[in-house]
Amino acid sequence: MSARLTWIAELPAWARWAAYAAIGVFVLTLVQGFDDTDRLTAVSSSQSMLRWGVPILLAGLGGLFSERAGVVNIGLEGMMILGTWFGAWGAINYGAWWGLAAGLIGGGLGGLVHAVATVQFGVDHIISGVVINVGALGVARFLSSEVFTGYAGGSITQSPRVPGVGQFTFPVLAGGDIGGWSSPDVLGWFGDRGWFFVSDVANVSKGLVTEVSFVTLIALALVPFSTWLLWRTRFGLRLRICGERPEAGEAQGVNVYLYKYIGVLISGALAGLAGAFIVSPELSGIYNEGQTTGRGFIGLAALIFGNWRPLGVLRGALLFGYVFGLGLRDLGGTASHSLLLVNAIALLGIAVWAYSRGNRNNAGLAGMLCVLTTIWYLTSDTVPDWWVNILPYVVVLVVLAFFSQRLRMPAADGQRYRKGES
Amino acid sequence: MSTGRRVILGLAAPVAALVFAVVTSSIVLLISGSDPLAAYGDMFSHAAKLETLVDLLNRATPLYLAGVAVAIGFRMNLFNIGVEGQYLLAFLVAAHVGSLVSLPAVLHISLILIVAMSVGGAYAGVAGVLKVTRGVNEVISTIMLNAIAITGISAWLIKEWQAEGGVRAGTTTRTGTTPIDDSGLLPGLNGVVEVFTREIGQGKELTGVFVIAVVVGVWYHVFINRTVLGFDLRATGINPFAARVGGVPPGRMIVLAMVLSGAVAGLIGMTELMQTGFYPANPIQSLGFAGIAAALLGRNNPFGIAVAALIFAFLDVSSGVLQFTGAAPREIVVIMQGVIILAAVIAYEIMRRVRERDEARHASAAPAEVPA
Amino acid sequence: MEPAIELTGITKRFPGVIANENVSLTVERGEIHAICGENGAGKSTLMKILYGMQPADEGTIRVMGQDVHFSSPNDALAVGIGMVHQHFMLADQLTVLENVILGAEPVLRGGRIDFETAGEHLREVGEAYGLTVSGDDLAETLEVGERQRVEIIKVLFRGAKILILDEPTAVLVPQEVEELFRNMRELKAAGTTILFIDHKLDEVLEIADTITVLRQGRSVATVKPSDVTDRDLAELMVGSELPTPATTGSTVTDEVVLEVEGLTVLDEDERVLLDDVSLRVHRGEVVGIAGVEGNGQAELVEAIVGTANASAGTISLLGDDITARSVRHRREHGIGYIPMDRHREGLLLSAPLWETASLGHQTREPFAKGPWVDRAGARARTELIREEFDVRTPNVDVPTHALSGGNQQKLIVGREMSADPVALLAAHPTRGIDVGAQAAIWDDIREARAAGLATLLISADLDELIGLSDTVLVIMRGRIVATLDPATLTPRDLGSYMTGAASQEASG
Repeated sequence: MSARLTWIAELPAWARWAAYAAIGVFVLTLVQGFDDTDRLTAVSSSQSMLRWGVPILLAGLGGLFSERAGVVNIGLEGMMILGTWFGAWGAINYGAWWGLAAGLIGGGLGGLVHAVATVQFGVDHIISGVVINVGALGVARFLSSEVFTGYAGGSITQSPRVPGVGQFTFPVLAGGDIGGWSSPDVLGWFGDRGWFFVSDVANVSKGLVTEVSFVTLIALALVPFSTWLLWRTRFGLRLRICGERPEAGEAQGVNVYLYKYIGVLISGALAGLAGAFIVSPELSGIYNEGQTTGRGFIGLAALIFGNWRPLGVLRGALLFGYVFGLGLRDLGGTASHSLLLVNAIALLGIAVWAYSRGNRNNAGLAGMLCVLTTIWYLTSDTVPDWWVNILPYVVVLVVLAFFSQRLRMPAADGQRYRKGES
Repeated sequence: MSTGRRVILGLAAPVAALVFAVVTSSIVLLISGSDPLAAYGDMFSHAAKLETLVDLLNRATPLYLAGVAVAIGFRMNLFNIGVEGQYLLAFLVAAHVGSLVSLPAVLHISLILIVAMSVGGAYAGVAGVLKVTRGVNEVISTIMLNAIAITGISAWLIKEWQAEGGVRAGTTTRTGTTPIDDSGLLPGLNGVVEVFTREIGQGKELTGVFVIAVVVGVWYHVFINRTVLGFDLRATGINPFAARVGGVPPGRMIVLAMVLSGAVAGLIGMTELMQTGFYPANPIQSLGFAGIAAALLGRNNPFGIAVAALIFAFLDVSSGVLQFTGAAPREIVVIMQGVIILAAVIAYEIMRRVRERDEARHASAAPAEVPA
Repeated sequence: MEPAIELTGITKRFPGVIANENVSLTVERGEIHAICGENGAGKSTLMKILYGMQPADEGTIRVMGQDVHFSSPNDALAVGIGMVHQHFMLADQLTVLENVILGAEPVLRGGRIDFETAGEHLREVGEAYGLTVSGDDLAETLEVGERQRVEIIKVLFRGAKILILDEPTAVLVPQEVEELFRNMRELKAAGTTILFIDHKLDEVLEIADTITVLRQGRSVATVKPSDVTDRDLAELMVGSELPTPATTGSTVTDEVVLEVEGLTVLDEDERVLLDDVSLRVHRGEVVGIAGVEGNGQAELVEAIVGTANASAGTISLLGDDITARSVRHRREHGIGYIPMDRHREGLLLSAPLWETASLGHQTREPFAKGPWVDRAGARARTELIREEFDVRTPNVDVPTHALSGGNQQKLIVGREMSADPVALLAAHPTRGIDVGAQAAIWDDIREARAAGLATLLISADLDELIGLSDTVLVIMRGRIVATLDPATLTPRDLGSYMTGAASQEASG
């Protein structure tokens, strides 16, 4: 077993991830077969994984920039809220793209407050973040009462319908249009065959390329872009030193304050963009108070799970996005029930992996959770809807509980920095 | 540094914060077309009434408990953001357990209080254990646990424990847990208050939990400042490495602090529980943040938190007035609270820097160490 | 030819102190110029001003004949001045190359870093000056000497012609110091001017062309090495006779107080930090541990205090096995600890003095009565410490951070000693404090030793080790490699053992 696993670890990154993804789909397929459902690998499931994952991804990337510059940003949730409000307002009044821009700016303003408080005044990062979170709620409500109440269909807690930037379906792969000609739906064809595993892969893949919002494309493009920006450019190196050893940066002439500001502003902007996406028709199509449902925090969890690297954040965002998406559309609780078995298998995998590393504690804990989950699965037909609601948070906790210790955050993250104090 | 100067410096920050908050809010009010003076006038005149004062104290009580709960964590550099979830769970469980039995008042009330503290403490303890054994950051874990408690566990339990046939007469809530018998309810304090003042009208009753809050405050002060355990806790918050080397067991401290914090948080819901006797289907939320705000403004000090709680309660009470008189939108209150916090924290930071410089100047009798 | 650097009338004030007062200094081109002075004399501040990290309040700076004003290190670099800090400023998680090019990155279009050119340049600089480093290594994998080389390359990379070295030998053993001096001579031959801070007088006399002595913020003398002896220099620095740590008369008894047997400590990656270490400290004995930083001394101390777990072996105090005991248990049973990093492990900076004085002893008298803090008792004891250990402070209520470093250390030493310990772990007890306080602490240790205290002394100050110890053990790569008699030991010999140049037959 170990020999096989190490072989996988030797492959180049993309191949490795493809392999993991394949294994994941395989497990889902198995469980589906066992449970006689097709929800887990349905086109709509992977589609919503992508959709729900995007705000988490954007928030996580935002957190990445901030923390790589050394500032912990708990206020992502609040900046996201600002993004939802400004995004809705901008889109309603000026059109979809302006809505995105407004969301970006709205979130950025939140980032500015955080930056001033933490960088300029040395306020504890967590406190500032928490204040922004709640402050944003108040601001949003205040602004709604001033603005949205005047719109048809608007009120203190919601806005009228919000226009979107438009979607896009890949031609050939998923039957999208090319200049009016409806192309063959290759993946769909494979998906409909009902072939074990192959069809499932096809369906999952199709979901990733069907009705994809442009914002999603932008968000996905940001992943390699962030990697390039942070590790291959001068800007990125200087930003990173602020999060690792700001005194060294200062001694070598880097304006640490500036880069911290920029990092936090970027994080606010990205969180704002996430918010703007949430109000767009792909997700909700409307501004609603409280609609961020903790996704700012989940973005942070994705960041931690991803070990402060863009690709890792994507990994986390897709995982959490999948769970979110499945739960939200699963009214009967049946798909989530099947997910229980998947959870059990995943926990089993974690237990084995931990054991192979000699970590008995983790292995034992994972094993026990696996057993509990399996028992639950076997003794019920559906899951109550409150479980569906909290599943994403539980997944976050479990993930963090097992993986927190292997991670390395930027060395100077969260530390107060004052120039000349070396 | 003379005592006078110390006092001034100590007060300067919260005063500055308040002034800043008032100014900012006035600007916001003006922009939105309201009259700040009319608004403040309405707020103050309303507060002067006895009934409003009772109301104010009633609101301040849970706020104070929330503040102390958060402050215990802050003393150890732990951020217990999960006060919300802890208190709701504690509230729910205590309400249910309390409704199951009927005992002599002292026992019944004690049972309810103990259950509340245990549940709150245990739930907070989970975050503490996760941090100590698995290194999970308590900010994220408490936020997640919050969500799990509120949308998950509470939702599940409230269904299980739904009261049969409606609830107490005289309330507007349709659903909730089974009401607790009178023996389990802490009596109000109107009798005591009315000795000094006139009769309190409008059906307002000063909650007996006020006494509990005072007791908690005193306990907090004594514990933190006068006991060895409190010293251990504070030392860990100031310098965890030095504390460890000084013999303080770090893991145990973290869990202890979280449990204590959660236990106090568990008492937050008692104000409402002791008045109505049951846990409603839709309880008020947002006391968690207010607790953080009170702890920050009050600088983790039992007396300061009390002052902060009163200020925020005042703002709360006023928001109702504002809605009534129309002088300003009630959301302004929330914004004011946010601004106060930020301004206070910044002001404290500035004062701290000023004080440090002052002390460096005065205290060194020997040639001071130069950054060599 | 214009001098490389001319400082005139430099004055710098901080709240409560005058760091530099009317300091003037002239450094000729291509010379190695040493700045001497004890801690607190203002050397580092002066260098920070010269390097642009601090502005001077008064005075002028001329570099190569031009008047200059620095508002940031970049300005200093622009005129060719580069500073190598005492505390290395490397980001562990970045590569050597990234650390070096930071702030002066060669870029291509669009802000992309030109790693090829950078790597080339790094190689060139390394060869030109004889300093070898590999660009792709992560900084955290480097050893002390290598880190220093990277620091030097950092400034050379930017074309610095004037180097400022801040206490470069502080973390090196004699053999590495020789290597450094070789490099310095090579740099000088290539036309570089070097300004370096050092308070080890034999080194200064060996390498410098000119020496300037600072005392209490003023420059008191500028001399040539040929004109002075180290005693002369020392007196210029201190203004009075230098104390020595020499201990006379043996007070070592037969009773074993602290015993470590077969102690092994591993880190989280299962690397061996302490390898089967055994030692004994008797009543009335000072056992000194010598070793290059990072060879296991910290782990040894941590294991004995209780903050690090032993994966094998035993630790006994007065015959009782304390290997599995908590830190609190060990402290309560008489292990005193003077930590190597007082800020990190010894003080509660924002707390009043009497609370810091309770730390480590807060569960016992006079600091506590049962579960309650005994304020009166704590303050009384703190007053006692203040008097007996000469801690300069107006009262015991001031916050700890208001005290100077030397007084903080005296407080810590006093705190540990007055708690009547059975065994004392003293890690770098006089690091970073002035000569006067150092002498006082040496006296305290000697007195306690005479009264029967068993002390384990860790120090990088070889004179201190040799002067205070009854036995010197050398630790290298986690093992005890030599047991030496200080009576016949010179710092040079000790350094040889510490780096493995000399070795002893493995003793039992």
